Amino acid sequence: MTSSRLSKGGRIDRSKSVRFTFDGKAYSGHTGDTLASALLANGITLFGRSFKYHRPRGVFAAGSDEPNALVTVLAGEVREPNVRATELEIHDGLVTQSQNRFPSLEHDFLAINQLAGPLFSAGFYYKTFMGPAIGPLRGTRFWMFCEKFIRRAAGLGKAGIAADPDRYERMNAFCDVLVVGSGPAGLIAAEAAASTGARVIIAEERPLAGGSLLASGELIDGRNPAVWAREKAAALAAMPNVRFLTRTSVWGYYDGNVLTAVEHVSDYKPNRTKGQPRQRHWVIRTGRTVLATGAFERPMVFPGNDCPGVMLADAARRYAIEYGVAPGNNVTLFTNNDSAYDAARTMSLAGVNITAIIDVRPDVSGTCRDIASVAGAELFLAHAVTATHAGKALSSITVQHFNAGTGRVSGAPRELKTDCLGVSGGWSPAIHLASQAGGKPDWDEDLQAFLPPEPNQNWVTTGSAAGYMDTISVLSDAATKGSAKSRLVLPPVEAPMLDASPAPVFEIEPSAKSQKAFVDFQHDVTADDIRLAYREGFHSVEHLKRYTTLGMATDQGKTSNVPGLAIMADVRGISIPEAGTTRFRPPFTPVSLGAIAGERYGDLRPHRLTPMHDWHLANSAKTYEAGLWHRPMIYASHGETVEQAYTREARAVRQSVGIVDVSTLGKIDIQGPDAAEFLDRVYTNMFSTLPVGKARYGLMLREDGVAFDDGTTWRLAETQFLMTTTTANAGPVMQHLEYYLDCIWPNLRVHLTSVTDVWAGSAVSGPKARAVLEACVTGTKVDNVTLPFMGIVHGKIGGIPVMICRLSFSGELAYEVYCGAGFGTKVWETLLVAGEPFDIMPYGLEALGTLRIEKGHVTGAEIDGRTTAHDLHLDWMLSKKKPYIGSAMIGREGLTDENRLSLVGLISMDNQSITGGSHIVTDPVPREPADSFGHVTAACYSPALGKYIALALVKHGTSMIGNRAFATDLLRDKHCPVEIVSHHMFDPEGSRMHG
Amino acid sequence: MIIKCPYCGPRDVIEFIYQGDATRSRPEPASNDMAAWNAYVYDRANPSGSHREYWLHSGGCRQHLVVTRDVSTHAISSVVFARDAAVAVKSGEPA
Ligand SMILES: [Zn+2]
Repeated sequence: MTSSRLSKGGRIDRSKSVRFTFDGKAYSGHTGDTLASALLANGITLFGRSFKYHRPRGVFAAGSDEPNALVTVLAGEVREPNVRATELEIHDGLVTQSQNRFPSLEHDFLAINQLAGPLFSAGFYYKTFMGPAIGPLRGTRFWMFCEKFIRRAAGLGKAGIAADPDRYERMNAFCDVLVVGSGPAGLIAAEAAASTGARVIIAEERPLAGGSLLASGELIDGRNPAVWAREKAAALAAMPNVRFLTRTSVWGYYDGNVLTAVEHVSDYKPNRTKGQPRQRHWVIRTGRTVLATGAFERPMVFPGNDCPGVMLADAARRYAIEYGVAPGNNVTLFTNNDSAYDAARTMSLAGVNITAIIDVRPDVSGTCRDIASVAGAELFLAHAVTATHAGKALSSITVQHFNAGTGRVSGAPRELKTDCLGVSGGWSPAIHLASQAGGKPDWDEDLQAFLPPEPNQNWVTTGSAAGYMDTISVLSDAATKGSAKSRLVLPPVEAPMLDASPAPVFEIEPSAKSQKAFVDFQHDVTADDIRLAYREGFHSVEHLKRYTTLGMATDQGKTSNVPGLAIMADVRGISIPEAGTTRFRPPFTPVSLGAIAGERYGDLRPHRLTPMHDWHLANSAKTYEAGLWHRPMIYASHGETVEQAYTREARAVRQSVGIVDVSTLGKIDIQGPDAAEFLDRVYTNMFSTLPVGKARYGLMLREDGVAFDDGTTWRLAETQFLMTTTTANAGPVMQHLEYYLDCIWPNLRVHLTSVTDVWAGSAVSGPKARAVLEACVTGTKVDNVTLPFMGIVHGKIGGIPVMICRLSFSGELAYEVYCGAGFGTKVWETLLVAGEPFDIMPYGLEALGTLRIEKGHVTGAEIDGRTTAHDLHLDWMLSKKKPYIGSAMIGREGLTDENRLSLVGLISMDNQSITGGSHIVTDPVPREPADSFGHVTAACYSPALGKYIALALVKHGTSMIGNRAFATDLLRDKHCPVEIVSHHMFDPEGSRMHG
Repeated sequence: MIIKCPYCGPRDVIEFIYQGDATRSRPEPASNDMAAWNAYVYDRANPSGSHREYWLHSGGCRQHLVVTRDVSTHAISSVVFARDAAVAVKSGEPA
């Protein structure tokens, strides 16, 4: 056993035991422990195997910066990988597992990867798995072949495949000031802001407030700083204008001062209160942000710096002070700055045995010397650690003389027995959120670190995040940053005079034959990898990052960023700020997808149902989804195929009468003195000449001259029109019209209202349609004189006011009957009763499509964003008397080229069905690739013609009429001989609808 | 990103639909100047820095807005109704 629980101290509750397991073995800890502190207290120092080399790794940090001690948490079927043991609060029944080891943590077969070290160096994947140029494993196939073996050997935790049974919540919050972090800076800034009455949210990623104060050896207001912080936090939380969120990690900073955070609501508890989510995702919109995010201690890069037992000096201190755990029996420290001395002092006071302090600097202050001598630690000035000796735990280190000016190691090595080495390579302000917000960080020569950039939004940084490394200046800075108006009286602070500014030493490189020296522990990137990247030409930090994967692991380089840049700057012979830094991206800490999704999972689309939907379902409709709408496809009779059903329905329409739900058509109410003028501009044809009480078929183009949408528009009054659009384009047409009124023609006095959902529509079609209406419509006649083709009348059906327009999509005598949506089913049923003597047949979309294909009427399948009015034989609708949207561009060469595809009909010559999407070819033998000169847009069996037919867009369409060709569909293995015919395949004169 | 709609107040960008470059001007409807039409329909400058854009407040008042936005920082310096901007342009005033 090396690490162990101290007899006293720490904020753990020693009266409460907590039972948990790690790799199948049961352990106990106390309430307040993290998995890391509890395992250390149990003498466990080996936590996992590393990413590439399967090297044994211990715990390195004590917070969200932990690169090594990642575990998988198991809960029944559910596994959550890559959880930082340093943040995971233990609870009764917690089951955890180490990662990336096989078959066990102690005996790992793949540790042999260490011997194959050179193979796994930077760029290994790129170089090795491009594969040979020829042969069965050429190119990426080789990678695909090797991938599964590599994935098993290298990696982090394995994600589960069971569905996540937990509930997550999303929350929006608004405040005047968001304070991120509740260390000394966050607490004082929040107090200053809150004292002015501002609405304040404080977000703290740990379970309690205090930050550095939780383990500091200072006195604030003459008291233990952790107690001071706890009381300050409680007082703040009690204020009505303050919301204090703990276990809440702010992970993203977006434009407009929008920040995202994830709150661990209950995943640290053994039993959740009913209804409690596991995590809550916050979107916080704030007037001002105070980033009091603290600073991360940096490692030193030296040979063997990754073995279990080597950890950050401040982490060692935190285990001792916060959790009452001695990180070792003989603790040594290795530093380039004063902060490790404070760690030595506080640990020593807590009863931890500090045996040596190795400092790269040739001289240190009297305070430092005093601390070392009081602690009884041997002081090695101008020395460095040049090797570590460890199996699965550290047993000793080698120290040698070191010249910080030249970086040279010299003199006789001396071996020191130690089971825990605390390292401090200086401090990096946690500028991640500030960097996400934008701007280039500033290099601070004194701190040898990047400071936050100049704010580009309304935010400030304070405390050590802003580069203030002693508590006195942290507090006074935070009070001003919290609110310029605050008059807080700051508490006195008693602390030793120490300077966290480091000597500019990042790496100890005794010789080329030394042990590996790690920079990025989580991705197993070594100092040599960075030099290799340099030799291979990857000099820019962006290239370095991608080639070596430095800083790209789940810890986002919290500990590795600056040391990595320093080594690259050194080999390039430039300064660190000249080498530059990469921009941090969200998330600051890993976020579960469940938290981001919240309640939004499964089917996220709204479902649009017509007023008659329930009737359709009750009458054996089979529906399908058309955009968001659910529409009847067919009304199935027992034993019928889909083709038999739609054939029956379409035949009934041609022979007698049918009824179809057309409520989904887009409907826009257009009113105003300039409504007619407006329609003249948006439609290709004229609407100002349309008499009141009549409808007209209209065509719209896009500005570039391509067809956009079609539909009928009804003139209800001199200044009022009802426009109908295709179902699919209801939204886009509305937006199109709004755009022109707002942005192009603001002087037109026109008002638009979407009324799609206001009206229910039923189309009654067939030779007996008029007879059906005559049987049920009151208040108006519906004869050919009163209601001619394209006429509109108002009347009642079953006492319900209706508006009837005589227009035809099917080519039959037909009427569209509109009523208030709430009466849709009532009117529909009344029409059915009136139609009973004529065997009226409800029909679905398949029959509707069949009827229109027979007639050659176009829909979205033909108005596909590529076709022109000419292509669709709608050029008769292009007015020559006025300009309209698209008129200027329609005559362009490319749009009038005679080689363009144009609309034709196809008739199957072998009585086989033609499939939609088939290509039109001349070759009688199916081939790949075929020389296509067109494609099928819609196909069906035509009961009126007794043949399989289709509509198609074909090159030289009109002049091809009468020719034979093949509709080929290699995907469905079809090659159907067809005759090209006019798209008017049925009743080309239109005699039936005018009858 | 938050857009301060002159009618609805400050709203999140998810309520809006981007409707393109607001600096281009449409030729007179009857114009035969194909170069001008071509520029209007196709040419987009993609500048860095401040830019005028149309945004439709589709999840709010359904007004088109002219948003002046620095496309490199996303800082918005002005938001006006597109109608007001268009009327101002027609009458020769700066919008
Ligand atoms: Zn609005």
